[in-house]
Amino acid sequence: MISMSKADYNKILEYAKSELPNEACGLIAGEKIGEDKVIKKVYLLTNIDHSNEHFSLDPKEQLASIKDMRANGLVPLGNWHSHPESPSRPSEEDKRLAYDSKASYLILSLMDIENPVFNSFKIQGDKAEKEEFIIK
Amino acid sequence: MFITVAGIKKEVKEGLTVAQLIVDEKVETPEYVTVSLNDEFLESGTFDKTVLKDGDTVEFLYFMGGGQ
Repeated sequence: MISMSKADYNKILEYAKSELPNEACGLIAGEKIGEDKVIKKVYLLTNIDHSNEHFSLDPKEQLASIKDMRANGLVPLGNWHSHPESPSRPSEEDKRLAYDSKASYLILSLMDIENPVFNSFKIQGDKAEKEEFIIK
Repeated sequence: MFITVAGIKKEVKEGLTVAQLIVDEKVETPEYVTVSLNDEFLESGTFDKTVLKDGDTVEFLYFMGGGQ
């Protein structure tokens, strides 16, 4: 199970909306308690592809985020990105570029802007499994 | 000599290259790893030529991307 505060969800949602029509992306960090992950901080990064179909995190911002996590005693838990025009599920490209089977991959679908859908997945090889994701 | 790798200070042998450090650290899927040395990103073709010095700070970053 992975959880996120409503405030952090709103940060991601507002940022993703502000980046439309392009995909938005970022990192998540927090703590692991047994099998559970608690997101304590979300990072809003630049999509250096500036595309509505692709995203790549800015490596400089990624490095700064990792240092910030370390300074705050947080561990990297995964990343998030938005799908402006498609459902909240990993695309073939998402799966191909997911190198960490322990990470959580959060996907926010904005295809119905009034009803965003946010899911979290574990990805191993070409298999993606939805994990329990709580926003509270 | 001592270097810092991913925030952890460790002793390594003199003359260690970034390429060898990647092997020693058992970095998974190194073809998708970006290396920063003292906050400067290295070109991927330079890992075997880049010799680390005492006090260097190294970070390994995995490429993160995808598409809808």
